[in-house]
Amino acid sequence: MADRFLAEGNEAVGWGAISAGCNCFFGYPITPQNEIIELFARELPKRGGVFVQAQCETATINMLYGAAAAGVRAMTSTSSPGWALMQEGMSDIASANLPCVVVLVQRVGPGVQRVEHAQMDYHSVTKGGIGGFKNIVLAPASVQETHDLMQLAFYVADKYRHPVVVVTDGLMGHVVEPLELKKLNFGPLPDKDWAVTGEGRHKDGKYREIGPSYHPLKDGTYLAYLEAFNRKYEAMESEVRYEEYRTEDAELILVAYGYCGRVAAEVVNMAREQGLQAGLLRLITLWPFPSKLIAGKAERGCRFLAVEDCMGGLMVDDVRMAVCGKSEVHLADIRFRHSPAEDGMILPGRVLEEVRRLL
Amino acid sequence: MSEQEKGAAKAVVAEKPVLLRGEPWMDILWALFCPGCQIPVVARIIAESFEELGIGDRAIMVGCVGCTGILIASFNIDRVSPAHGRGPDAATALKRIHPEAIVFTVQGDGDCIAIGAGSLIGALTRGEKITVIMVNNTNYGTTGGQMAPTTLLGQVTSTSPKGRTSAAEGYPVHTAEMVATFKGVAYSARGSLHTPAEYRRTKKYVKTAFQRQQEGVGFGFVEILTACPVNWHLTPVKALEWIGKDVIREFPLGEFKNVTSIE
Repeated sequence: MADRFLAEGNEAVGWGAISAGCNCFFGYPITPQNEIIELFARELPKRGGVFVQAQCETATINMLYGAAAAGVRAMTSTSSPGWALMQEGMSDIASANLPCVVVLVQRVGPGVQRVEHAQMDYHSVTKGGIGGFKNIVLAPASVQETHDLMQLAFYVADKYRHPVVVVTDGLMGHVVEPLELKKLNFGPLPDKDWAVTGEGRHKDGKYREIGPSYHPLKDGTYLAYLEAFNRKYEAMESEVRYEEYRTEDAELILVAYGYCGRVAAEVVNMAREQGLQAGLLRLITLWPFPSKLIAGKAERGCRFLAVEDCMGGLMVDDVRMAVCGKSEVHLADIRFRHSPAEDGMILPGRVLEEVRRLL
Repeated sequence: MSEQEKGAAKAVVAEKPVLLRGEPWMDILWALFCPGCQIPVVARIIAESFEELGIGDRAIMVGCVGCTGILIASFNIDRVSPAHGRGPDAATALKRIHPEAIVFTVQGDGDCIAIGAGSLIGALTRGEKITVIMVNNTNYGTTGGQMAPTTLLGQVTSTSPKGRTSAAEGYPVHTAEMVATFKGVAYSARGSLHTPAEYRRTKKYVKTAFQRQQEGVGFGFVEILTACPVNWHLTPVKALEWIGKDVIREFPLGEFKNVTSIE
């Protein structure tokens, strides 16, 4: 296969994972992410990898638990209803300090509804953790970035021994763009000598145990354990990633992620042509969130317009918390779509009208 | 009890197998089981089987949630504890990644055939080459003796206070028989521990199930009936008598499938 070819976002998930050395995939069919599991079903057996189609997403996430416990790079993918089923497993994976990657291709909700794109799971991926766990959430906005962030996802997962979520949506999953396959090198990682292998005693003469990480018979108090866990989250906050576009002199900063990030970039270009001082902050990590950056800009008098494809706003809550009442925060949500049907999308035109109204 | 049986019973309570001799803190675990509980006996059977088959250093144990889940921490082998009922899912991944390892789950009846029924059937459907040991004590022990799918008709539990009725709660589930109907299964049996003779027979079942995995034949399953005197509100001796009289009438002992190849 050529190193550069046309691919859709869902395929870029697979190619990025394979470039990262992921050789283990567990999946269950659900639209709009089926191209991901079909790619792995095709590609992994050729490479001596493990592909299992499970009986449900509760199974895929627990298979992922087993694979991550074995110390290999492994992943699963799903859409919103399947993501809901995975929540117990996600919490257990976080608790057991297991590195792995979960891809969520969002679709319209709430509930099962239909299969078209949306951005309605923001709170669930950034704050939904049962038992208060957190995970790094990466949100690509192109086919190439999907491929690249998949590799970063495996790296940061291993770095922190923690699950990482890559969030796209039905639109990002199906958009077709040029993709260049390349292996990204993020630096060295420690050995996974904690993994279970079934190969007898480990180097230190002991066996390995993977499970809930607080061990009352071996460890100190529960509070001390939680504090240690929290230090991991504090360290993860350094992984915050975003892209600033024409923000230096901006009076109004659009905040968006995923496909809305690209729409918002176009809005900024159009606004600038009309002499309006708009800029864009495109989130690459949804958690950690660039709160300090936004707070600084709010103090300098910047106003904000969150652009996200859901009803009533979800990401906008994080913008409001960062701004903390020091400036205005506006919202362009699903009501800014070009069509009221479930397959409508937010296009630049109506958002530009809102920018003009605000500036 | 004959003199021979007494001798066997004495051997059963002798020194712990090597696989159950871990770090000092692990010994505390044995105090977590109620008086007369037979789950530690299951641990012993597994550990002895492994020693006799020489596979202790190749094993990955997958634990569960519930009384049987306490077992996992007592084993001196590689081990993994996933969510309630999801042992066969995690075991699937571990076996596919490490095909040379002996991968097995130890699950209670609630974990295996109530909350985890889908995981069990998924693994059976795929014909995973793993071994599942299901400990059946006819109730939810850790949570205080609630009704399980394995609870006998008429059996009083905290959630069937007037006794289980078929009209309201259905009939006890026969897991070992159901498992035997799947094509990818190499071995399925049900044993009990209420006499030394049954202990020996059950150990043979467990060993055969692991052997079938060693040979790469297919899925192995052993259901083991164990006493839960505290939640049954019986003395340990009466609990064993009840198993011998009523429980094995509902859950017949024996092998339901034993094949050395699957076409």
